[in-house]
Amino acid sequence: MSTSTELATRRRVLRGMMGGAAVSVGLPLLDCFLDSTGRAFAGGAPLPVCFGTWFQGLGLNPGSWEPKTTGAGYEMMPHLGLLAPLKSKINIFSGLRAYVSGAVPVHVPGHSVGLGGAMPKPGVAPGPSLDSIIADTIGSRTRFRSLEVSCDGTPTSYSTRGGNARNPGEHLPIALYTRIFGPEFTDPNAASFTPDPEVMVRKSALSAVSDERADLAKKLGAADRTRLDEFFTSLRATENQLNLQLQRPAPLESCVVPRKPEEQPTGRLIHEALAANKAFAALLTYALACGQTQVINVNFAGTASTLRKPGSTDVYHIYTHEEAVDPALGYQPTVTWFQSRVIEALHEFISALDSFKEGDGTLLDRSLVLYTTDHGYARYHTAENIPMITAGSAGGRVKTGIHIAAPGDSMTRVGLTLQQALGVPVSSWGKDQNATSRTITEVLG
Amino acid sequence: MSQFSALVRVLRPNRRGWFAVLIGMLAIFAADWAIAAEPASAGGRAVVRRLSPGQYMQIVRDVFGGDVTIGGRFEPDFRAGGLLAVGAGQVSVTATGFEQYYGMARTIAGQVVDPARRDVLIPCKPVSANAPDDACARQFLARTGRMLYRRPLTPAELESKVAVANEAAKSLKSFYAGLNVGLTNLLVSPMFLFRQESIENDPDNPGKYRLDAYAKASRLSFMLWNAAPDNQLLSAAESGELNTEKGLARQVDRLLKSRRLEAGVRAFFTDMLGFDQFPTVAKDAAIYPKFIGAVVEQAQEQTLRTIADQLLARKSDYRDLFTTRSTFLTPTLGIIYGMPVDADMAVGTPDPWVPAEVPDNGLNAGILTHASFVALYSHPGRTSPTLRGKALREVFLCQRVPDPPGNVSFTVVQDTTNPAYKTVRERLRAHASEAMCTGCHKITDPIGLALDTSDSAAGFRTNENGAKIDAGGELDGIKFANAADVGKILHDHPAVPSCLVGKLYSYGAGTVASQGQAAYMNYINERFRANGYRLPDLLRTIVTSKAFYQVDADQLASAAGVPTYSNP
Repeated sequence: MSTSTELATRRRVLRGMMGGAAVSVGLPLLDCFLDSTGRAFAGGAPLPVCFGTWFQGLGLNPGSWEPKTTGAGYEMMPHLGLLAPLKSKINIFSGLRAYVSGAVPVHVPGHSVGLGGAMPKPGVAPGPSLDSIIADTIGSRTRFRSLEVSCDGTPTSYSTRGGNARNPGEHLPIALYTRIFGPEFTDPNAASFTPDPEVMVRKSALSAVSDERADLAKKLGAADRTRLDEFFTSLRATENQLNLQLQRPAPLESCVVPRKPEEQPTGRLIHEALAANKAFAALLTYALACGQTQVINVNFAGTASTLRKPGSTDVYHIYTHEEAVDPALGYQPTVTWFQSRVIEALHEFISALDSFKEGDGTLLDRSLVLYTTDHGYARYHTAENIPMITAGSAGGRVKTGIHIAAPGDSMTRVGLTLQQALGVPVSSWGKDQNATSRTITEVLG
Repeated sequence: MSQFSALVRVLRPNRRGWFAVLIGMLAIFAADWAIAAEPASAGGRAVVRRLSPGQYMQIVRDVFGGDVTIGGRFEPDFRAGGLLAVGAGQVSVTATGFEQYYGMARTIAGQVVDPARRDVLIPCKPVSANAPDDACARQFLARTGRMLYRRPLTPAELESKVAVANEAAKSLKSFYAGLNVGLTNLLVSPMFLFRQESIENDPDNPGKYRLDAYAKASRLSFMLWNAAPDNQLLSAAESGELNTEKGLARQVDRLLKSRRLEAGVRAFFTDMLGFDQFPTVAKDAAIYPKFIGAVVEQAQEQTLRTIADQLLARKSDYRDLFTTRSTFLTPTLGIIYGMPVDADMAVGTPDPWVPAEVPDNGLNAGILTHASFVALYSHPGRTSPTLRGKALREVFLCQRVPDPPGNVSFTVVQDTTNPAYKTVRERLRAHASEAMCTGCHKITDPIGLALDTSDSAAGFRTNENGAKIDAGGELDGIKFANAADVGKILHDHPAVPSCLVGKLYSYGAGTVASQGQAAYMNYINERFRANGYRLPDLLRTIVTSKAFYQVDADQLASAAGVPTYSNP
């Protein structure tokens, strides 16, 4: 809906409704269905592209995940075996690193550089993370600019719009369900649509809070003004949600309201995190399919992960430091066991998107999910060879089934490439040694 | 006089002893005189701070009553300079955070205008419940706005809020629905959600700045009560009383005497002791079956109760917190510590708190051996001397222990089959002998190992896996044999009181003291010492000092320019 229509509607509907004439907009559904391929609205507009990040700290054992050959047609390594059936939709990026100055600060290089483009500096607030930059390009018309979840019972997230505040991750599946599919959800496929007059009033009222901005800005220094800007950007996101409640959403054939998830214990026992990941995968799949957001961020269990097995005296992170390498196996057995569970969770998540059919394709096909982590080899907490994996082609914008080996290059190359693939007008990304203008052209569709 | 009575109490003088008391008094007066004057200070900063969840909830309780539910969830706080209170000056609100604030505002406003509460909370009745009523909306929004914004609304602000309420009332054909929308707007305003500190010229120091009276009232009230200024304090700001030395002293007296001081002190220690990390504490049920969910809540309460009792009720020396054996326990906590608590309890009643005395067996180090410390800084299934040592240094001594570097080989530590390193101590020692590790582990591990007689879930023990625990070591050059010794060393450690002073100032001012405030901080430290390290006196010294409200002009110049704003 254009701005002019929006303005007209705002006044007219407000007046009209208050006169008691609630507007019921009943559109014939069939006109708006997907085209015969199921990949686009009947009018020809393709289904929107989606982007996601899926994070889990503590890396992967070097040599266990990098395919032996580069380019298309690589063989999936046994450690990533679960992902093998999806190989044609998956890209693997090996050899990438985070440039840090001096000693490697622990548990920050991967997400700081891979998702944020720069190592943290004392007293300098980080810039927006990759998902926020992409959301501003692809997701500004959805109800939620992005949705963050965390599977370990904490609100941990690595998504930020800049500044010190991170977009908090929802850690209860049931709360995420209510947030998306609660009373404020508008079913895009409902037969009729009646805007709520109270929502109209509320939206108009909320706009009035923005009037305080100019007065406040005069009194603040530069740093505080930036924080104020962030506040009002956040306020506008809620305003946008109210606005969308007043508009009839475009029908989405595949959208169905999922069942309310069961209450489940959350925490850092490995089976709890796996169960939360599964529940979130289902909910976020429906959120994407129902057009509620186009950007999602999943934290499985954070950097320096404190995932653990029941009855164990130690957590995953401690094992990376203290477990001995089994001479026969050549790796740390418990650490590697945890890594396998992480791959299992990542597989669960990607599969949920891929098993959601839309026409002759799947939701994964119009999405792109980026997995990354904090370190390369967790045993030594290295900043080299930090794994990055993508799944999905973002509606054909990214070629898939490719292994890119770029030893010594900064992780920011992947971030730059994904931004460009998803339409962000940018020619370079990252700061200091991690700045790059080298797109990974091999994967651009 | 309190010093005099303390002296008398300590010396229990006989006739000859009175002479000593006299000499002691003279010494105190001389010391007081020597440090009586507050030195000049560069001044601090005017800070914009996001309300903490505790402050938000307290304000809602104070303005609308304790039975109003909030709903929603606050976004995580940010810790800087060792305190969430400092981090609050560096964060904004995310989109998700705002969505939550908006939901909470609607929930709260809905309850306020609800027929069950409106007669109590809304000071007037509209002429018609189905139409706008300008006068009544104005009265309510002006009164409530003053409490929420912590200053009167400007005429333009009030006009805007009244217009919103009226327009909504007209559209929705309900005065109360309109008021609901107007109140929602107040509750999501940055003027409410952020504490902004307006400044004005300092008449006592031409060319310099100070907080204006309302900002001063807020700093005072949040510092002492963790709440927004009450009506009296706002009136004192309004009348100019707060800008006089006597007027300020009067209000400080009132706030310090109030029972609400305890809430303020609890909030400070909750922040300083890092209790926000508690929701992430889990103990393995298989290893620590006694560490149930209630323990997490009660562990914090035990320490806060002990602190309130020691520092406020008994007015004890702050440093006694590391040696005291007095505490409070519930039957549930008693099981954790292996100290049975005898309390008559009907089934279904909450755990009662009873005063308790920890045995004098060398294993107790006051609040250091409380579950709130030893269980917080542990792994789920075993202790961590390194985490405990690091926390002890950072929380109580204000010493920064660097994070461990990456690219470290742990080969020696990882080899559990090496017969040379059987125990944690031995493995840690081997690991810490590596060049790049030794610096930090030397300062964290010895004190951490002394606390190893408290297991990961805070239970006292003397053996681990059948071997006697060696808790001996050295802290900053002083040898110790057990946890109690570490408590005593901390009691006499010069960094302990100065760390508290620094944190308390940062907590109140929202920023760490600058170099230009060094003399001022020395002054506060001296007063603290002279007052026998008593917290209420320390609080009084800080909140009655001029420097606490002065604003450094240089810091302003480095910002966008000197604000010209002053409150109505």
